[in-house]
Amino acid sequence: MDENMNDKITINVCMGTGGMAAGGTEVLDSFEAALKAQNITAELHKGCTAHKVGCRGLCAKDVLVDVVVNGNKTTYQYIKPEMVQKIVDEHIVGGNPVADFLVGEDYHNFHKKQVKVVLSDCGNIDPEDIDSYISAGGYKALEKVFTSMSADDVISEIKKSGLRGRGGAGFPTGVKWEACKKTSADQKYIICNADEGDPGAFMDRSVIEGNPHAVIEGMVIGAYSFGASKGYVYIRAEYPLAVERLRKALIDAKTRGFLGENIFNKGFKFDIKVKLGAGAFVCGEETALIASIEGQRGMPRAKPPFPVFQGLWGKPTVINNVETLANITFIINKGADWFSSYGTEKSKGTKVFALTGKVKNTGLIEVPMGITLREIIYDIGGGIENDMAFKAVQTGGPSGGCLTEDMLDLHVDYESLAKAGSIVGSGGMIVLDENDCMVNVAKYFLNFTQSESCGKCVPCRIGTKRLLEILTRITEGKGKEGDIELLEKLSVDIKSASLCGLGQTAPNPVLSTIKHFRHEYEAHIKEKRCPAKVCSSLLTYSILEDACKGCGACMRACPAGAITGEKKKPHSINADVCIRCGACFDVCKFKSVKKE
Amino acid sequence: MLFLKITLKKEKLMEKVLQRLANDFREHEGNVISLLQETQEALGYIPEEAVYYFSRELDIPASRFFGVATFYAQFYLKPRGKNIITACCGTACHVKGSDRIISSLKRELKLTVENNTTEDKQFTLEQVACVGACSIAPVVIVNKKVYGKMTSDKTMKEIKALGFNKAESE
Repeated sequence: MDENMNDKITINVCMGTGGMAAGGTEVLDSFEAALKAQNITAELHKGCTAHKVGCRGLCAKDVLVDVVVNGNKTTYQYIKPEMVQKIVDEHIVGGNPVADFLVGEDYHNFHKKQVKVVLSDCGNIDPEDIDSYISAGGYKALEKVFTSMSADDVISEIKKSGLRGRGGAGFPTGVKWEACKKTSADQKYIICNADEGDPGAFMDRSVIEGNPHAVIEGMVIGAYSFGASKGYVYIRAEYPLAVERLRKALIDAKTRGFLGENIFNKGFKFDIKVKLGAGAFVCGEETALIASIEGQRGMPRAKPPFPVFQGLWGKPTVINNVETLANITFIINKGADWFSSYGTEKSKGTKVFALTGKVKNTGLIEVPMGITLREIIYDIGGGIENDMAFKAVQTGGPSGGCLTEDMLDLHVDYESLAKAGSIVGSGGMIVLDENDCMVNVAKYFLNFTQSESCGKCVPCRIGTKRLLEILTRITEGKGKEGDIELLEKLSVDIKSASLCGLGQTAPNPVLSTIKHFRHEYEAHIKEKRCPAKVCSSLLTYSILEDACKGCGACMRACPAGAITGEKKKPHSINADVCIRCGACFDVCKFKSVKKE
Repeated sequence: MLFLKITLKKEKLMEKVLQRLANDFREHEGNVISLLQETQEALGYIPEEAVYYFSRELDIPASRFFGVATFYAQFYLKPRGKNIITACCGTACHVKGSDRIISSLKRELKLTVENNTTEDKQFTLEQVACVGACSIAPVVIVNKKVYGKMTSDKTMKEIKALGFNKAESE
């Protein structure tokens, strides 16, 4: 059997949340059934297995399937269960890949400029199988730390690598660990912050779904370096698949002795618990997160004292983001110099971004710090969907800002994005095209921050409410002269007077859209017009008589009964009855509904 | 009579569950959030009586429970429908038209701002800030199954497959 092991066929089916939504489970089942039905293993005298892997990024083309024959990988896209038999017959048995199903050039372009460190194993290993992780070199870093490195060695290596927190603020990780080590206490904690609340970001979810052990390994190494004996992963309850895989990984790691009473027989004791977040964005803030783990309302407190000195239950606590922790094993294995060979002067390594919105290739990407926005959007992302015009890219979620066309050649790192009025943040990157209204986008974010404001401090609680009210009235055509100036003044006050990061950054989307798209605000206020045709109160719908075939589709779709007309004759919309829902515009096949 | 019996049986069952949870709370580290999460897991929502029960048993003011329960989006103080439809309102879903899906669902299911459950308690429409599946936006989750690249029509099809009948509800 040994010689056959070299001659192995492996089938990897992408089963992140995206892959499963596209039918990954059914595809995997079909492969297993087809392989079993024909008894392929016996027929080919080769080991042939199908298994699930985490997200490899390009979720837009799910379900993605790899067929690996003797190390040669062939990738298929948009696979449905009914296509499986053909792949088994022609490729696995016949030896000829099915050309029609293969991924196209854009799949390869999507990967060309990426540098995968944190994501290198996602999509190759089975996240629910610890042996799969170990055979890919997993827990080697932990072994190295426990057999040949002192706590100080670990900290100095991390410091030397220049790794900075990937949760948004970019604080140097090694410095944080060192500060915790120097604080003496009978009990210390490490918390992995997986409360990824930014709308439009899913890096942490994908890392945990695709490679949960890497995060666990990073946590154990951290705990060893500054002497923590207990760890928590604070993860959103909205990520059921990630929670399930993480829980399984923790049990497996404990069974193998990577967690528990006496790790690597060095007398070091460490265990990790999962805490489910209960759905509050503000809990991504360190002190609010601590309050939440303690069972209280997740409200932030003033800093200092910082959590590394006084954190969970008043004890020194290090809080690191998922992606930060997933970087640790690579730094230990390959060295700080290798890590810092990527990136710019002050931002080292790679960063995972969730590239979404109006680009062709939406998905999860990992790029070296310092890459330009143009490379991300046009080379990796494949350009704007439906060949519309690029308008802006929004980074950093509700705490960030918009970057416009003239900034596309900006090198992405912590400093340069901050200088341009946005932030790297946790890594959400949403591309907007000419059909997006910037006032509406600002209103969207304010709606979010306003409802997520914890209410503890007045500037944030009342300030965001007032900002939202003004934005709402502008989008409804009731904007007043002076509203823009009022927004600006209020924003500055909220930023300077709020207690925590939520309030201090909440006005950023408003300020940056005013800065770059003041004319859109003015069009809404002065001309009562929405240039991107998004704000429904400012739109009117009518039917172009020449184009209308009188099919009646719009009439049936109209919930208000505002459309009348005889069959096969042009219909018309009664503007007084119309509720401007856009249902007719969506259903018309002849583009005869006009929106203006 | 039968109705009364059923109610009594239900109450007994609930008390048993609450008793167990209160004991767990005393034995372990005692965390209000976990207690409420477990209560909701067992009963589907957090009934007012449960809070007063815990308050008496554990000597914790009821305001602390309500404080926590109303702070976090995860907790429900009212029973939810049999089928849960969750529309994602993340940024990517927003720019790809989640608003339109939500307003058409509200219209079809006859839901209002105050009442997000249909009268027959069959369907509840909820919104979530982001489920982290932005690359397949807009996303709708129907009874924990994630559907990507959704439209109002496709969502209604799923809802009808679960037994929603427009004529009946009218």
